[in-house]
Amino acid sequence: MTAMSETRVLPPPSSSRRRGLLVLAGVLALVVASFATLDLHWREFLAPAELAKLAAFGASFFPPETAPAFLRRTLVAAGETLAMSLLGTVLAAGAGLCMALPASARGGAAARAVHGAARLLLNALRSIPELVWASLLLIAAGLGPFPGTLALALHTTGVLGRLFAESIENAAAGPALALRVRGTGRLRVFLWATLPQVLPQLLSYSLYRWENNIRAAAVLGVVGAGGLGQMLYFHLGLFQMHETCTVLLAMIALVAVVDALSYAARRALSS
Amino acid sequence: MAQAVRPTGAALHDPALLRRVSWLLVVAVLAWPVLVWTEFNPATLLDARSLGATWKFVSDFVPPKHDADFLAELLRETWRTVAIATAGLALAWLLAVPLALLSTARLSLSGLAAPMRPLPTALRQVVRWVLVVLRSIPELVWALLFVRAVGLGPTSGVLAIAITYGGMLGKVYADLLESSDPAATQALLRNGSGRLQALLFGALPECAGELVSYTVYRWECAIRSSVVLGFVGAGGLGQLLDSATKVFAGSEVSAILMVFVALVWLSDRVSAVLRRVMG
Repeated sequence: MTAMSETRVLPPPSSSRRRGLLVLAGVLALVVASFATLDLHWREFLAPAELAKLAAFGASFFPPETAPAFLRRTLVAAGETLAMSLLGTVLAAGAGLCMALPASARGGAAARAVHGAARLLLNALRSIPELVWASLLLIAAGLGPFPGTLALALHTTGVLGRLFAESIENAAAGPALALRVRGTGRLRVFLWATLPQVLPQLLSYSLYRWENNIRAAAVLGVVGAGGLGQMLYFHLGLFQMHETCTVLLAMIALVAVVDALSYAARRALSS
Repeated sequence: MAQAVRPTGAALHDPALLRRVSWLLVVAVLAWPVLVWTEFNPATLLDARSLGATWKFVSDFVPPKHDADFLAELLRETWRTVAIATAGLALAWLLAVPLALLSTARLSLSGLAAPMRPLPTALRQVVRWVLVVLRSIPELVWALLFVRAVGLGPTSGVLAIAITYGGMLGKVYADLLESSDPAATQALLRNGSGRLQALLFGALPECAGELVSYTVYRWECAIRSSVVLGFVGAGGLGQLLDSATKVFAGSEVSAILMVFVALVWLSDRVSAVLRRVMG
């Protein structure tokens, strides 16, 4: 009799399931609250007349402008964007490595304080997006690709510094110890024991950030930092749709080329 | 007792010297046009005029502005930033799920026995290209275009995030489904279960954790994006920051930046907790 009543009792819902449902409810509440509080104009936006206007807006981009003089200007701007992304990434890789050394340091109280400060700085650099850095740097460096390059470098330093620090921490300690017990200086220990181990990984992280930075560099011009973005903002502002279309196509092509180059380079590194 | 001989003279010569020097030369030659094109000139940072402007701007950073009106506005715009990111990502999810299911070969019936038929192959390829196009235009550009088309305000921000992130989520969802173990879905499909059942009971149990954790990670990215979108007039913290920078209001800029860094930190924490709970 007791056995029968026991078989009818359902097992209590597992705590992980309950937690999952709770999180799901929280996410749904956040989504509903977001839609409810934003003044989104769906009714106007999805009305047939508006949709027709949107379609006409889309159609007005074609055909792209192909006058040779304009194409040449687009090419120059694309080169500027490419140069910004390259230099920004290289500067960030150098600065990131310099920051990664203190950020990965272990040891006594002084080392821990340095470690904490370096991490804090890297996090601050990383959490401010490139575009925000660029708009702040415009005050110090004026308009043009230079503040854009610096903005890319600052944000990417934060990202790469943290990734580099993690790689350095994870490198095998044996070779470094072997040199240290012979009294080799710290710089030499790093250059000859730690760096050779982590270099392929650092390069691969840098290449991955380069792919990110070419996308970021393409839009930095919107705040006045040069390259394709500045052209896009200019022509779109004047409602010159065919020119805008050419610039957009150039952006897509540039991103595709950099992706392919970086993919090939990473394949070559890993083989 | 044998003593270690210190290498001298020729023994100290670096055998890779020539290679190193030639690599340095190649890099220097490549770097020159890059430096010219980016107008790289750190001296501009140090000339008296820009130093003066920077100093005036930065010295205004402390103390950050903190009167009640401004803080209320800051709070409102912070919520708007989060709301734009969340609403955009919700729409992106609605866009991504059907596209991912259409593009994944894991749920193909004709591909079970023989190579997939040409029509389904072509359809999947087309959907993949759509996903590529959606995400290859940065969200800021989508936002610029939508601001021109539907006017200023959060609608353009939400749409921009929905489109770019729809493309990203769709591609990664399809990849994750495809990298799952095919045995379970194939067994279900071969025994006559529908595609929906095959998805729910074959593929999803294996990849649900990764799918959730990628979506949460993207939400975190969307918050950062939604700040940036404010710079082209989509509302939120970005718009506030843009207008404050334009009038050199350093105390406002520093307050907004602090709130922004805190928001990013908080979303990072929330996302880490969510991923641990759901993953």
